[in-house]
Amino acid sequence: MDVAKQGAARVGDDPLNGIDMAEAGSVTVDTHEAHGHEAHHEQSFWSKYVFSTDHKMIAMQYMFTGIVMALIGGYMSYAFRMQLAFPGESVPGYGLVSQGEYNALVTNHGTIMIFWVAMPMLIAAFGNFLIPLMIGADDMVFPRINRLSYQIFFISAVVLIASFFVPGGGFGGAWTAYPPLSANAQYNLTPLGATFWIVAVALEFVAFLLGGINFITTLMNSRAPGMKMYDIPMVLWMIVIASILFMASVGPLIAGAVMLFMDQVIGTGFFDPNRGGDPILWQHLFWFFGHPEVYVVLLPAMGIVADVICTFARKKLFNYKLILFTVFATGIISFFVWAHHQFVAGIDPRMANVFTVTTLIISIPIAEMLFLYIATLYGGSIQLTTPMLWALAFIAEFLIGGVTGIFLGASGADIYFHDTYFVLAHFHYTFFPIAIIGFYAGITYWFPKMFGKMMNEALGKIHFWGTIIAFNCIFIPLFILGAAGQHRRIYNFQNFPDLAGLQDMRVFATMALIVMLAFQVVFLVNFVMSLIKGKPAGKNPWKANTLEWTAESPPPHGNWPEGLPNCYRGPYEYSVPGREEDYWPQNAPPDTAPAE
Amino acid sequence: MLQGIYEFIKSIFAPIGDFFIGSLVPVGSSFASDIDSLIALVAVFVGFWGLLAYIAFFFLIFRFRRKDGQRAKYVTGEEKDLKRWISWPHAAIIVCDVVIVFMAIMVWYNIKQRLPEADATVRIVSQQWAWNFIHPGPDGVLDTEDDINTFNELHVQEGMVYHYELVSKDVLHDFSVPVFRLKQDAIPGRVMKGWFKPTITGTYDVQCAEMCGVGHGIMGARIIIETPEEHAAWMSQNKGQLASATTR
Repeated sequence: MDVAKQGAARVGDDPLNGIDMAEAGSVTVDTHEAHGHEAHHEQSFWSKYVFSTDHKMIAMQYMFTGIVMALIGGYMSYAFRMQLAFPGESVPGYGLVSQGEYNALVTNHGTIMIFWVAMPMLIAAFGNFLIPLMIGADDMVFPRINRLSYQIFFISAVVLIASFFVPGGGFGGAWTAYPPLSANAQYNLTPLGATFWIVAVALEFVAFLLGGINFITTLMNSRAPGMKMYDIPMVLWMIVIASILFMASVGPLIAGAVMLFMDQVIGTGFFDPNRGGDPILWQHLFWFFGHPEVYVVLLPAMGIVADVICTFARKKLFNYKLILFTVFATGIISFFVWAHHQFVAGIDPRMANVFTVTTLIISIPIAEMLFLYIATLYGGSIQLTTPMLWALAFIAEFLIGGVTGIFLGASGADIYFHDTYFVLAHFHYTFFPIAIIGFYAGITYWFPKMFGKMMNEALGKIHFWGTIIAFNCIFIPLFILGAAGQHRRIYNFQNFPDLAGLQDMRVFATMALIVMLAFQVVFLVNFVMSLIKGKPAGKNPWKANTLEWTAESPPPHGNWPEGLPNCYRGPYEYSVPGREEDYWPQNAPPDTAPAE
Repeated sequence: MLQGIYEFIKSIFAPIGDFFIGSLVPVGSSFASDIDSLIALVAVFVGFWGLLAYIAFFFLIFRFRRKDGQRAKYVTGEEKDLKRWISWPHAAIIVCDVVIVFMAIMVWYNIKQRLPEADATVRIVSQQWAWNFIHPGPDGVLDTEDDINTFNELHVQEGMVYHYELVSKDVLHDFSVPVFRLKQDAIPGRVMKGWFKPTITGTYDVQCAEMCGVGHGIMGARIIIETPEEHAAWMSQNKGQLASATTR
C-alpha cells in the first residue's frame, strides 16, 4: 500500500478543510509506517494472527480470549450451582465440590466474568474493531501499544488460570479480596493462589490502561475529515468515556494491589491491624475503582445498544446531546458513590448518609438515559432482527437491575439486603445485560462486517429466547431467596436451619442455569456454521449509516485501500424526509440540489 | 417533626412490608418493621415507575413495528413537545429520590447512628469459623465471674435492649441476624458497637455474612430469644461457666 498516496488522497478529498486535513493525513502516515511495509510481504501465520498490529486482528484476539474465558466462567457457575442444588453430591463433569473449591469457584467466576469477559469483549474487542472503522481511519494511532496491551492481557489470563493449579488451589476470598483474609496465607490457606490472583488482576489493569490510552488518542486524533464531536457514533463515545473512567479510577486500586501483594509476599502489613494497618483502607481503594468499573463496562454495552436500536428502528437517536450529557454526568457522579458497598463494613455511620444521597443522585442520569433509549423507539419502523431483540432485551433486563439498585443504595434497606442473594440477583441483572446481552447485540450486529457473512436468523432467535427466558428463571428466584435472608458464598445452605427449607428454589435456579448454558451451544453452532457457509453479507447488509459499513466485509488490512472516507453528517440520519432511501450514510456527499 | 413525617409515611407502607418481607422472615426486632416498610416504599416507587416504563417500552415496540410502505418519523428529540416526555419523568424521579433518601436516612439513623440506653450488653467474638458469645450473667455486667460463655449459641431475652460489642480475632466477619434485619461487619483490632431489641421468642439463624475463608459456609450460630422466666432460668443454670450448646 502506498503510504504517501494515502495521505495525499485524504488531503485532496476535502478542499474546504485543508488544514485539518493535513493534520489528519500526517497521523495516517505515522501509523502506516508502523506496519505499512509488512503489507508488502506475504504475512506469515505468526505475524498475521499472533503478533499482528492490525486493530481488527487484535479485536479478534480479545474476543476469542473473552469467549474462552466466558466458557470457563460459565463452567464454574455450573459446578457451584450444582453443589448448591444437590449439596455433597458429585457434580457430573466436575466431581465433588469441597468447601474450599466452592469458594475458589465463586471467587474466580466473578473475577473472570468482569475482568476477563466483560472488559475484553465489550471494551477491547468492540473498541478495537469499531474505533478505526467508525471514524474512517486505517488503524489505531499506537498499533504496537495495542499489540502489547493484548499480550499483557493474555499473560494475565494465563496467570489467573494457573492459580488453580498451584499447591493450595485457587484463591477463594471473594472477588473483592478483602484483607486480612486475602493478605495472610494463614487465614486464606491459598498462599500461591492468592498471589497469582492479585498479580493477574494487576496485569489485566495494565493491559487496559495501555488499550485505553490508544482508544482515547485515536478517537481524538484520527477522525475522518468532517467528523465533528457530535457526529461520533454513540458507541465510540461510550467506549472512550469508559476508558477515561477506567484510567481515572484504576490508579488507587493498582496502588492497593501492590500493597496487597507486598502484604502477601513480604509481610508489610498495610492492611493488617496488628501491625498498624487498616483492612478498611483496601475496601475504599477497591470500591473507589469498583464502582466506576460498573460504568466502565456498562457504557460500551449502552453504546452498542444505541447503535443497534437506531439502525433497526430506522430512527435518529432521541436527543443525542442529552444522552451524551447524561453519560458525562454518570461518569462524574460514579466517583462519589463507592462507599455504598461499605454501609455496614464499619465506616463512620454518618458517612452512609452522604453516600445514600450520591447513590440516589446517580439513578437520575441513568434513568434518563434509559428513557431516551425508549423514546428513540417512538415513531420508528421497528424490525425485530436478532441484534434488535438483544438490544431491546438489554433495556428490559437492565431496567430491573437498575431499579433493584435503589433498594441497596438506600442505606436503611441495605442493612438487611447487604451480602444477600438480593444483591447477587441485582448485579447479575446489571452485569448479564452488560456482558452477555450487550455482547450478543454487538456480535450479531457486526458479525457481517467482521467476517463478511450473515448469521442465521432462525438460530439467532432460538438462542435469544432460550437465553433470555432461562436467565430470568435463574435470577428471579434468587431475589426471593435474598429477601428471605439467604446470604452469599455459602456452599451448603443445609447448615442454616432457617434457610434449609428453600431448597426447591435453588434447584429451580440451577436447572434454569443448565438450560441457559445449553442454549449457548446454539450460538456457538450458529457462529461456526455462519463462518463456513453463511450468506455473503456485502458491504452494508443492515443499510446503516456509520462509516464501517462503507468498507469491504471483512475490511482488508488498512480498511479502505482505495482511500479513507470523509464524513458529512451525524451517524443517525435515518428516515430523513424528502430522501428516497431511509438511510443517509455518513460518507455520502451532500446533495448538490438544496433538497432539505 | 421529622419523626412525625417518618412515622406517617411508614404507617402507609408497613402493611406492604409485612407482606413482602415479613411473610418470608419473622419480624423479630424493634427496628425490623422500619426496614421492611422502607423496602416496601422503595418497591412501590420503583415498581410504579418501572411498570410505567415497561408499558411505554412494549407499547412503542408494538405500535411502531415495521409496516410496509410506512416510514419512520424523523425526530431529533430536541423538540419541546417531545422533550417533556423526558423532563417530566425526570422531575418525578427526583421527587421519589428525595422521599427515599429521607426515609432511608431516618431508618439508618435509628439503627446505626444512635445507641439507646442498654438493659444488658453482650460481647460477640468472631473467629474462623465460629461465634463465641459472652453473656453478662445474672449480675448484668460483663467481665465478672458469672459471665456465661457459649459457642454458636446466643441467648437473649425478649423485650430487652441489648448493646453488642462485636470483635474479631482474625479476619472480617459479619454478625447477621435476619429476623432482626441486622448486619454489622466485625473488624480485627476494633470493637464495633451497636444495639438490638428482640420482640419475639424462638430460635433463629445467626449468619456470618462476610467471606471469611474456607469454613465461611459453616459459620452459623443460633440465637435463642427467651421469655424473662426462661432467660432467668438459663442464666442461673449456667452462670460462671462455659455453657454447652443446647440446640443444633
